[in-house]
Amino acid sequence: MTINTLTKGGAQREQMYCLRKMERVIVAMQDPDMGMKMRNQRLLITVIPHAMTGNDVIEWLIQKYNITEEEARHLGGLLVQYGYIYPLREPRSLLLRSDDSPYRFQTPYFWTSSRWPATELDYAIYLAKKNIRKQGELVDYEKENYSILHKRINHTWDFVVMQAREQLRASKQRRKADRIVLECQEQAYWLINKPCPGAFDVLDLGPERCNVLSSRVALNADHYRREIEHSRRALGRNRVKSSICLESFMKYSEQYLHHDPIMSGCLPSNPWISDDTSHWTINTDMVGIPTRLRVERWSFSFMELLNDSMGRREFMIYLEKEFSAENLCFWVACEDLRHGESSKIILKVEEVYKNFLAPGAARWVNIDSKTMERTLEGIKRPHRFIMDDAQMHIYFLMKKDSYPRYLKSELYKNMLAKAIVPQETKKSVFPFMRRQRHSSPSPAMVTQATEDDGKAKGAGPTGTSSTTNSQI
Amino acid sequence: VSIYTPDLQNILSLLFFLLPASALTTGIYMIFSTKPEMATQEIQPNETLTNLKAESDTLKTKLEDERAKLHDVELHQVAEKVDGLGQFIMKTRRTLKGHGNKVLCMDWCKDKRRIVSSSQDGKVIVWDAFTTNKEHAVTMPCTWVMACAYAPSGCAVACGGLDNKCSVYPLSLDKNENLAAKKKSVAMHTNYLSACSFTNSDMQILTSSGDGTCALWDVESGQLLQSFHGHAADVLCLDLAPSETGNTFVSGGCDKKANVWDMRSGQCIQSFETHESDINSVRYYPSGDAFASGSDDATCRLYDLRADREVAIYSKESIIFGASSVDFSLSGRLLFGGYNDYTINVWDVLKGTRVSILFGHENRVSTLRLSPDGTAFCSGSWDHTLRVRDRGVITWATFPKGPHSQGER
Repeated sequence: MTINTLTKGGAQREQMYCLRKMERVIVAMQDPDMGMKMRNQRLLITVIPHAMTGNDVIEWLIQKYNITEEEARHLGGLLVQYGYIYPLREPRSLLLRSDDSPYRFQTPYFWTSSRWPATELDYAIYLAKKNIRKQGELVDYEKENYSILHKRINHTWDFVVMQAREQLRASKQRRKADRIVLECQEQAYWLINKPCPGAFDVLDLGPERCNVLSSRVALNADHYRREIEHSRRALGRNRVKSSICLESFMKYSEQYLHHDPIMSGCLPSNPWISDDTSHWTINTDMVGIPTRLRVERWSFSFMELLNDSMGRREFMIYLEKEFSAENLCFWVACEDLRHGESSKIILKVEEVYKNFLAPGAARWVNIDSKTMERTLEGIKRPHRFIMDDAQMHIYFLMKKDSYPRYLKSELYKNMLAKAIVPQETKKSVFPFMRRQRHSSPSPAMVTQATEDDGKAKGAGPTGTSSTTNSQI
Repeated sequence: VSIYTPDLQNILSLLFFLLPASALTTGIYMIFSTKPEMATQEIQPNETLTNLKAESDTLKTKLEDERAKLHDVELHQVAEKVDGLGQFIMKTRRTLKGHGNKVLCMDWCKDKRRIVSSSQDGKVIVWDAFTTNKEHAVTMPCTWVMACAYAPSGCAVACGGLDNKCSVYPLSLDKNENLAAKKKSVAMHTNYLSACSFTNSDMQILTSSGDGTCALWDVESGQLLQSFHGHAADVLCLDLAPSETGNTFVSGGCDKKANVWDMRSGQCIQSFETHESDINSVRYYPSGDAFASGSDDATCRLYDLRADREVAIYSKESIIFGASSVDFSLSGRLLFGGYNDYTINVWDVLKGTRVSILFGHENRVSTLRLSPDGTAFCSGSWDHTLRVRDRGVITWATFPKGPHSQGER
């Protein structure tokens, strides 16, 4: 075999981190003490040494990694797919059978990681050998590849044929068992490196990625200076003790446990399971009475309240009672500025100034003089983030002051009392009859309707209340 | 004999003011050395770069030492008082077939039932996953559409891949209208687009690219608002922080680093480099105080932003292949990981144990997201399908007792 130069495949090899791990598993499997017990396996009339059954592989994996049979079959199957173990019976089918089918370990010479990518020359020699050995032994796609190679590397064809003959001659000198084994090893290698078109290709990696060794990023002085600057800043950073940070994860998961449908289910039922969309309809923005879980969630954090449009609406009503609604209005206007179109920035900044910051403004917001001064100065050259300081000031004002009082208010308490707790849907009497799954109006529909002014083509997915037939 | 003659002192002060620091040190060496060569002010470009890299590496080591100082307890130790979860059984509720090639990316619509998915052959499909109907389909002019995202309003989708661009398609309900006609090119990178996400509105898009940068774009004008430099290789993923001030995001790349960025200034605020291979996916913990990452090194890790360090590793010896995408359940208790060995592993975030392994896909899982209300999760695979799954049997043994007890089968 010719020697493979792997410089081109360097970056790809880096990607195949998993190959090294698989090899570690393979090595462990062959450990004299803890590895698998191998024995001679019979293949037709020949006895092949150092072989194992598919079942042996699965059993060993179950023992070693403490996993279920299903997982062991899956993992073993991958080892075969990647060519580290090959079948002796039905060698073209790279599957792990959980019975007494015989398998062998691939020789490290042919490991996917050591001889990749496969060279054209090696492939040509392999096909030539097959061709010489028995006429018509080449399968269709192999015949095609053979003729393509013949054209492409015609100049070395003499060498190819000579090598093929030489290797065949050498193999004839070996014992039959060894010869069969070598042929199987080689075949397995090529099944993986040159799979039948349309068949599963395990070496398909997708678009090439570049890592640090072959990067497209200019790792120049600027890059390192940036890194140094970043590290210096990071060194001076305030950090919180792990014990405090990690406690917060406990608290968070506990607080949200009943809100997490995968952990606790949801009421009246999970639409994906029951095909009943009630859970979604009772939680829409426009619903008359919200669910209890939803209202409870507003009390978890100020952000939860603001993120829910109904919560935001309720909070606004409360602030109006307190004559501090301008704060929320200001915050909303700032959000709109921050996330809106670039072209509207100047206009929006003017609006915000006029409504909230100008002396005598209709909804003047009370921010501290320093922030006000800085903001007014910045307005002269308006940009997207110009209101950030003022917005943050008002946000924290609401969070520290109005929000806690809202949670204690009658308004909130009534909301909580009124809120509904849906009844759990009883499992239907005939579980095999699935409900019909109804379509819903596309979000794109809503805006289009307002745009088109009720165009005739409104018979979209909603026009026909399409009760689509359930699909498996 | 002192070499500090008055003459030398004068020369030194002159040098100090006239030359940059690096030249000065070399200059001083030249003056005090016994070698007879002439002092040269020229610095080889190579030397400066090597010195800078060495300095950077030294500082990084120092930073790791600092970070280790406040690490007084492990997550699973703190989690000892929490009940274990037992084994979860997840069931496939919908299988979406229609892509003729590898599914590379997917995203949920805010309406909790629609999704957009993209594939290797350039197809981008919008589905109502609940009914499994396809609602829109567009064919991109490039292959390997590795990124797609649903706009917050539900009225548009963004996608891109080997075309190095991110384009926005407004979703038209007119069946006769060709979606491609209204296509808007927003982002332009110098290499493949690996991920994209709308920010809080339809007006801005955040992108990451194989050219090693991330960028923030104004959709309307296509203008570049901010670019983020700092990764030393391809950037593969990003996620926006759900924080109160909403100004940061995290990215992961082939340089094994996860960087947290300030969207406003373009600066990298925090950086973590503990993975041993490419980081394929990053996702914030629901509270915004931490994020998880999935990597080719077959592990998922949790990084706490306040503690400024890695706080958990989710791995198993029997898991050999890389994690391609990760996401949290709504409460952050579960971490879902889609892997390149065709499986999905579900982890107990607090205890570090695996609560479920899901089979079913016949090729690698390339993308995985929880629905916006956490009722289900969708995985896309190179086997051309997408599967929507959720909790199957909830046995009384594993179900936490609460006011909303549900005996669902």
